[in-house]
This record gives sequence, structure tokens and C-alpha cells, in this order.
Amino acid sequence: MHEARRPNPLFRNLSAKIAAIPMILTALVVFAGGTIWTIIYSFTNSRLLPRENFVGLDQYERLWSSSKWIISIQNLLIYGVCLLVFSLVVGFLLAALLDQKIRFENTFRTIFLYPFALSFIVTGLVWQWILNPQFGVEGIVRSLGWTSFSFDPLYNADIVIYGILIAALWQSTGLIMCLMLAGLRGIDEDIWKAARVDGIPMWKTYAFIVIPMMRPVFITTLVIIASGIVKVYDLVVAQTGGGPGIASEVPAKYVYDAMFLSQNLGQGFAASTMMLLTVLIVLIPWAYLEFGGKKRG
Amino acid sequence: MADVTIPVSAPPVHADEALVGPSGPRPRKVISRRNIILYGTLFVVAVYYLLPLYVMIVTSLKGMPEIRLGNIFSPPVEITFQPWVKAWAEACTGLNCEGLSRGFWNSVRITVPSVVLSIAIASVNGYALANWRFKGADVFFTILIFGAFIPYQVMLYPIVIMLREIGLYGGLYGLIIVHCIFGMPILTLLFRNYFTSLPEELFKAARVDGAGFWGIYFKIMLPMSLPIFVVAVILQVTGIWNDFLFGVVYTRPDYYPMTVQLNNIVNSVQGVKEYNVNMAATLLTGLVPLIVYFISGKLFVRGIAAGAVKG
Amino acid sequence: MMDTSNTPSVAVRGVSLNFGAVEVLKSLDLEVGRGEFLVLLGPSGCGKSTLLNCIAGLLDVSAGQIFINDRNVTWDEPKDRGIGMVFQSYALYPQMTVEGNLSFGLKNARLPKDEIERRIARAAEILQIEPLLKRKPSALSGGQRQRVAIGRALVRDVDVFLFDEPLSNLDAKLRSELRVEIKRLHQKLENTMIYVTHDQIEAMTLADRIAVMRGGIIQQLDTPQAIYSRPVNRFVAGFIGSPGMNFIEGECVADGASAVFEANGVKVPLDRYEFAGGARTGKAVFGVRPEHVMLGDGAGAMPFQSDLTIEIVEPMGSDSLVWGKFGGQNLSFRIDAERAVAKGDVVRIGFDPGRASIFDAGTGERI
Repeated sequence: MHEARRPNPLFRNLSAKIAAIPMILTALVVFAGGTIWTIIYSFTNSRLLPRENFVGLDQYERLWSSSKWIISIQNLLIYGVCLLVFSLVVGFLLAALLDQKIRFENTFRTIFLYPFALSFIVTGLVWQWILNPQFGVEGIVRSLGWTSFSFDPLYNADIVIYGILIAALWQSTGLIMCLMLAGLRGIDEDIWKAARVDGIPMWKTYAFIVIPMMRPVFITTLVIIASGIVKVYDLVVAQTGGGPGIASEVPAKYVYDAMFLSQNLGQGFAASTMMLLTVLIVLIPWAYLEFGGKKRG
Repeated sequence: MADVTIPVSAPPVHADEALVGPSGPRPRKVISRRNIILYGTLFVVAVYYLLPLYVMIVTSLKGMPEIRLGNIFSPPVEITFQPWVKAWAEACTGLNCEGLSRGFWNSVRITVPSVVLSIAIASVNGYALANWRFKGADVFFTILIFGAFIPYQVMLYPIVIMLREIGLYGGLYGLIIVHCIFGMPILTLLFRNYFTSLPEELFKAARVDGAGFWGIYFKIMLPMSLPIFVVAVILQVTGIWNDFLFGVVYTRPDYYPMTVQLNNIVNSVQGVKEYNVNMAATLLTGLVPLIVYFISGKLFVRGIAAGAVKG
Repeated sequence: MMDTSNTPSVAVRGVSLNFGAVEVLKSLDLEVGRGEFLVLLGPSGCGKSTLLNCIAGLLDVSAGQIFINDRNVTWDEPKDRGIGMVFQSYALYPQMTVEGNLSFGLKNARLPKDEIERRIARAAEILQIEPLLKRKPSALSGGQRQRVAIGRALVRDVDVFLFDEPLSNLDAKLRSELRVEIKRLHQKLENTMIYVTHDQIEAMTLADRIAVMRGGIIQQLDTPQAIYSRPVNRFVAGFIGSPGMNFIEGECVADGASAVFEANGVKVPLDRYEFAGGARTGKAVFGVRPEHVMLGDGAGAMPFQSDLTIEIVEPMGSDSLVWGKFGGQNLSFRIDAERAVAKGDVVRIGFDPGRASIFDAGTGERI
């Protein structure tokens, strides 16, 4: 009797399901569908238009024999490792300095973070101008009498990636500092008091107590920086355009150039699939630690 | 216990007694070694961070002859606003010499609807995920969050095809849809976490009172969520205004947003480089996010903290 | 044998603390005897934890001096003051084992290894945490964590222990268990303990003396019994005791040669009441504790008796709390739970005005 008119489970929460349609479409069609589509078409020889002419791993072989791609990967590695190390170290040090109950904390924080609000294009162009060998840093130091001084990263193929790194650090360290500061503020005040009663010097309290306690913050920050590193594109386009020559190419730019400039879609698909692979290598262990671990313990 | 000695009474302090030995706060030197290192470091770093902004401003106010003679850090001898006028109204990209103004208005026409639409969609999504769990919702949400980490390059071309199919490729509407799609993961997460943090009793009470999905959203959740909406607006305005990749991929040159046009002006290989105009143009492009940043202050920090730490 | 000299273990002399324009502590004087267990009791924001932090040296005082063992430590670092401290949130170092937590401070003080081991072994034995030494804090229960936190203070081998609401994060059952243990620890170690809490039961059970604080000022400093039976003002009277003291507003009047408290026609003779400074007249508040009001046969033996209509009965298991009107105002009292009373019953009650407290209606001071 009671169960005579049991509602169809499909229509339970109907409004919520309708409201979630954009999310479902985005997740399934664009994110999952688009990714799978790109991976599949990376095995074709598509050029101007996508074609279903499968050629196995041809595109990947060509990719890894292309010097432009090799340089892109090298650059990404140097840029990635340096950015990771420097932004974490500098970001944490700045956060620790700001956490000393200093005056003008808000002013300093505002100054350190404002570059993060800017576009990578703006950042790239400013640093292009500052590193201009004729008028910028190199020119000024030379005009001060040190005529053999040389600092022209944007025109020297060997060090161009470090020129980009300077700009990237300028833009992103503020964000890392903010995340670290939030982490430091999350440490129980009593821990600091206990360490003071125990007579532990400040640097030891940071090194042996606070930093180990901030492990989750460090890991999350690491993932954020890492996912940003792989995406680096605008900065290179604005600052060097990939030059001099192909010395500052990066994977994201390789993909764009292949797809939209040199009408070589298959190469673009293969290169972007490689990028995806890089991200997954970082992401999967993290997701496992972050979410898999919780379920067990 | 009997051994315990209890002072009979606490004798009041006499004025002369208080003077003996250390009293009051610990003496602190204002100019201590610690303070010199602390504030010295912060000051030097602050200068490093402010330098590019300073260089942009002074360069944009100089004339070209002065730039060729002087160095980039020296303040302008003769202040001129000509570079700003030129950057805004006359600078050329290829054959087009309308200046940055066109890119500015394009960016406005892209940013405003994108911000409104993406926040509207994401807030409803977040609300549905927080309060109206349905079967499978978590699966979609997980895919969505993973999507935030997938390099955009993987999805660039499939979206080109999709937009072409519905006839929106190259125009402003297509780009607006793209911004809504890529803003969705972080915003949905932001709203879901916020709505989850609201007391659940409120939602239950409203349901007992007979309010439905939309009733609760508009009458209960929206009025309580103003701060998180402000955070979302800040996040989206700066994010969409600063975008370059989607602008260059999904729009025709007529509809290029400001960042793309700026890059084309500065990095165009034709003609003589006018560094002052370039810097004025760069500053103009950075002005909108900078204003948002300096006005919003703490909320901006909260936005990136909420968006980033939990992401 | 204990040191029987009369110098205090901890002395606070004229200590003030201001945060900007806010005065948190107002020229406080306090002396704690050697081996004494002193409890700082008060509602949140009364300055009790602040005072403890000042004694520990974790906060700088704005004025005044602090002496520990006759030494002026006002400008000393916490580690040099000869104190150990236990925090509400345990504040254990989460990445270190229990042993690491206990030894970290000692290693920093460059104590010889065998001395460190000896102290840890002793603390572990006293607190019965030997099996836990190799575990990390996350693998301990709340009560075990608090024991380790006490152990960290113990290994410092100091004369003065400071406790900052150490039991507030525990559930009621564990709290009463650890309360007894802290008392046992104090009796065993015989060192000075200063203990901050907002829980009056903890204060009453543990303290040799209690300092009741409000608004940065010590309201009353006395033995638990004295604070219970002779509170100096209405605030202290209301803060101590559960259920709380009954307050009847009325007037002290002279009735011939003797004083009488009158509220809405009900007259309570005050012959047996000891006035603080001689009998007074004027508006006053009459305070009587629920457990001092007797019913039935017990009432007959009391110097003062009256009739009362029962309005509410709250059974509590061991006894029941009964509410009625007295002089037109609410009066509660405790009766045996077995006793059958119901709403509407008219009963005879009685109490001894000599055990009551009378406060000035304006200032709230005891009269």
C-alpha cells in the first residue's frame, strides 16, 4: 500500500541534476572527452585538419627526434626545477620574515603579491625591457665603468631560460609566500610557546618542528607550482617569442605552433599528450597520497 | 599538605621597592641586529618587487630621445603623456592603427559576461554539490577537479572543433563559453567548500519550511554568501583579463583581447621600437587587475588562499 | 623536608599589562607559597591566562616585577625562569616520538646524555607512560597526550609548574580522572603549581588557595572553603557553587535592636549574620546557597523558617533541584531525590541566616 507510488529514482533531486548539467557536460564532454579525443588523434597523421589515418607512434618518433622539442623539454626541466626550488625557499623565507610580528606587514605583503595580479604578458614585457642589453641592467652597469660586464640573458641562447626564470620568480613568489604564511598562521600558538619554555632557538623550532608540521602545505604548494610550470606559455611568448632562435622554446609553445601556425595537428596532439603524461606523473602520486591515504587511515 | 606555607597576606608594593631590579617590559633596542637584518631584507626584497613597476612608469613618461640617452631607472627629466595617448589611440598592430583602446573594449566585452556567467553556473553547481548530493555527483566533480590540472593544450583543439560546430569559433561568445568552462573547476570548488561550511541546520530548516532547490538558493544561500561572491569576482576578473592563450586561439584579430593586442604591438617586428609607448601600453593592460588588487586587498589574498590551498 | 622559610615561590608585584589601550591586567599583586597549589579561576577574558603567560615570560609585562624563588625574572627568557608549562592544546611536537618530545628541550640545553635518560625514565615512571615512549603523539589518546605534556614539564626538573587550562580539551570522565592524578602528582612532587581554569569544580578540588579573577583584577584570594562560604562580592558568590547561589533582592532594615532583611513582606532576622563592618541598612541582596536550604524535618531545626509553593522539580539522580517563590523571587534548593514532592505542594523550608551572604545592592560588595 505504502509503496504504491514510489517515485522514480531518476527524478529525485531533479532540480539539482538539471542545475548540474553544465558541470556534467564540462566534465564529461570537454575535459574527459576532449582529452581522450586528443590522445586518439595523436596517433594519426593529421595536418591541417584532423584525419582518422592512424600511423601508430610515428608522431611521437618525429617529436622526440625534433631538436625544437628536445630543447623545449630541457628548458622546461631547468625552468621547472629552478622555479620549484627558488620559489619554495624564497617564498617560505619571506613568509617566515613576515610572521615575526613585524610592523607594516600588510604593506610588505601587498608589495610582494602585486605581480601575481598581473598578466604573464605584462610581466614578460617589463622584464624584456629591464633586461634589454642596450638600455637595461647591462647598459647601466657598463655606463658605470664596468665595461666588460655582461648580463643579456634574452639575447644569449645559453642562459635565456634563466632570464625567463627571473621574471617568473618575480611574478609567482608572492603567491607561494601567501600560501606559506597561511600555513604558518595555522600552526598552534601553543607550540611556539612550548618551544620557548623548552628554550629551543627560533631556527631550530622552524627546522625541526614547524616545517615538518607544514608538510601538507608544502605538498599542496608543490602541486600548484608544478601544474603552473607545465602550462608556461604566455611568459615566453611575450618575453622572447621562443628566441633567440629556438633557445627558449617550451612544450606549451611547441603545441600551439604545431597546431595553429605550422598546420601540423598530429605533432601538436602528440606533444600535448606528452605534456599530459608529465602532469599525470606528478599528479597521480599526489592524489594517491592526499586522498588514497585518508581512506585507509 | 600541612607543610605548605601560605603567605599570610600579599604585602602591597611600596614605591621604592618597585624600583629595585628589572621592572616593566623587557628593554628592547629599536636598532637591534635582528631588526636590521629583518627589515633590511624585507626592504631590499620590496625594492626588487617594486622596481619593474617603477621602470614601467618612468619609461612611459619619457620621450624617446631621453630613453636613448639615459638609463631605464632615472626619473623622467621632461614628463610627457604623449606615449600614453599613442598607446591608447594610435599604436599599430600590422595595418590596424587604432591603439590599445580596441583591445580594451574587447576585453571588457569578454570579461563582464564571462565573470557573471561563470560565477552563476559555478555557484549553483557548488550549491548542488554541497547540499543536494545526488548519485554520481562526486564522480563528475572529481573529473572536473582533475580537469583543472590537465594542461589546456590537450583540450585546445577539441574545443575549436566544438565551437566551430555550433558556429561560435572566432567570436566573442565562443571565448566567453571557454572562460566559463575553464573557470568552472576552481570556482565550483570554492563555492562547494563555502556552502559546505555553512550550518547544515539552516538548509534543513528551510526544507522543513517547504522551500525548494531554487528557493533555498536565492532566499537563503545567496544573501549569506556575499563575501565568497566578491572573492570569486576578484578571482575571475583578474584571471580572465590576464588570459592570453584562449584569446589568441579562439578569437579573430578583430576580437583580440587586450593582452593579445598588447603583445602584438610590443613584439611587432615592423617599424622603430618605441619603448615609451610599449611601457605605457603594458601599464594600461596591467591597470585593471592592479586596481582590482589594490582595492580588494585582503579579499584577494583570501581568494587565492581558498582557491589554491584547497585545490 | 620542605623549605619552611617564608619567602614566596612566585611573587607578582604590581604587574600591569596593556594591549594598546586595553588594560588586561591592572596592577596585580600575588604571592604563591612554596609547594602551594594556586588556582587562577575566572570567566574567559578575565586575564587569568594572560597572568600565567606573564609569569612564564611568554608575554612582556607593561609594568611591575615577577620573582621566582626570590630571583627577579621580569626580563628573563622563559627557559631561564625555572618553570615548566602545560598547555590546553597539549602543544606536543607532532613529528617527534614521545621520547623526542621529552628530550628535545634537554638536548638543546646540552645536558649529558645519561642525565637526559635518567630524567625521562623518572618522568615516564611517575606518569606511567613508559609503554608510550616510542609512539608519536598522533597515536595517543587525549588523556595520554596530556600526560606527555605534563611529562615535558616534569623533565625540566623545575620548582614551579604552570598549567594553562590543561583539562579543557578532554571529556568529562577523563577530566575528573586526570584531575585526581594532578592532585596526586602535586602531593608527590611537592612543588609549586599555578593552575588556570574556568571550571570551579577543578578549582575547588585542586587548590590550596584560589584567586578568583575578573576584568584583570583578583577579586578574592583565599582557601576554597573561605571563598565558598564567605565570598567577598556578588560576582564571586555567583561564580562559585553549582547550582548557583540564590539572590533575593530586598532591604536591610532595623527592627528594634536587631537587623532584619525584608523582601516583599518576608522578614529574615539577621541576628546570627556576621556583618563585615557592623550592621547596615539600605537596599541589599540576600544570597543563600541551594544546599543550605532545608525541607521538612530538617527545616524545623533551622533558625529561620517559611512556607513555599513548589513550582518546578528538576530531578538530577542523586538529588533534585526544587524551585519556588520566596519574597516574590525565584529560590532553588536541593532535596533528596527519594522525597516525593510535586508542583503545587506547599512545603516548609528553613535555613540558617548565619551561613548566608549579604551584598550591597549597588556595589555588590559583601556587607
